[in-house]
Amino acid sequence: MADEALFLLLHNEMVSGVYKSAEQGEVENGRCITKLENMGFRVGQGLIERFTKDTARFKDELDIMKFICKDFWTTVFKKQIDNLRTNHQGIYVLQDNKFRLLTQMSAGKQYLEHASKYLAFTCGLIRGGLSNLGIKSIVTAEVSSMPA
Amino acid sequence: MAVCVAVIAKENYPLYIRSIPTENELKFHYMVHTSLDVVDEKISAMGKALVDQRELYLGLLYPTEDYKVYGYVTNSKVKFVMVVDSSNTALRDNEIRSMFRKLHNSYTDVMCNPFYNPGDRIQSRAFDGMVTSMMIQARRGKESLVARAPGAWSPEEAAKGGAEDL
Repeated sequence: MADEALFLLLHNEMVSGVYKSAEQGEVENGRCITKLENMGFRVGQGLIERFTKDTARFKDELDIMKFICKDFWTTVFKKQIDNLRTNHQGIYVLQDNKFRLLTQMSAGKQYLEHASKYLAFTCGLIRGGLSNLGIKSIVTAEVSSMPA
Repeated sequence: MAVCVAVIAKENYPLYIRSIPTENELKFHYMVHTSLDVVDEKISAMGKALVDQRELYLGLLYPTEDYKVYGYVTNSKVKFVMVVDSSNTALRDNEIRSMFRKLHNSYTDVMCNPFYNPGDRIQSRAFDGMVTSMMIQARRGKESLVARAPGAWSPEEAAKGGAEDL
C-alpha cells in the first residue's frame, strides 16, 4: 500500500507548489489549473503509449473508453471506474465513487470548492491519453460530495 | 537486416527515417511514402479481414524487385515502416516481428522522455543506437559473403567499389 501514498502525497505537494509559485493575478484567472492540466496531459500521453504497447488494436471509440475505465484506471488508481454512461453522441460520463486522490480529505462541504484543483491533473491525464489515441476531447470533472 | 527504418507520426509526416546505404536515400524516402497508402488500406479494411483486426503487426506491405516493405501500426496511430533487402531470404516472419517489437519499445521510451515533445523529430541517441544495431547485421552479412571469395570478381564487390572509382 505504500506506493499509493507516494503518488498521493506527491500530487498534493504538486498542487500546493503550483499555487505557491503563482503570481497574484494568476490565482484568480485559473491559470494554475491550466498548468496542472497540461502537466497531466503530457503524462497521459506517455502513459498511454506504455499501456497500449501490448494490447490489441481498438475497434471504436467505445472500446477506447472501456479501456480507459478498466485497464488505465486500474493501473493508475488500483480500482476500476464504477459507472460509465454515454449518450452515444460523443458524451461519456465516468463515475468513480471513491476517488483515490480525494479520499484523504475530510468529508463534508468545507473543502468542496478546493476539490477542483486536485482534479485538474487527472483531467489532463485522461485528455492526454485520449489525444494520443486519436480522440480530441474536453474533460471536465465535478465533485458532488466529499470524499468521492 | 533492415535497409531502411522509418517512424511516421499520426499525421503522416516522418518522425525518424534512416537508411543504409546513404547514397540514393531519396529512393527509400519515396518507397516509405508510397507504403503509407498501403498501410491506410490495411487498417481500414473492415469487413475484408485481410489482416487480423486486433493485431498491431501488418506484415508484408508490398514487394518490389530488390526490396520488401513491412509495416506495423501502434494504438496511437504511429506507423513503423521497414524496408528489407530481398536477397536476405532467410528472414523469417518472427524476426521481423521481434524487430518491430524492439522498435515499439524504444519508441515508448522516447515518448516517456520528459525532454521530448510529441510531434518533434526523434533525436534520441539510444533510439539511434537501437536502429543501427538492426541495420548493422545486414551489413555484416554482406561483407562476409564478399570475404569468402577474395580476389574473385563478384557483383557485390563491383557495386560497392566500382561506383566510387568512376
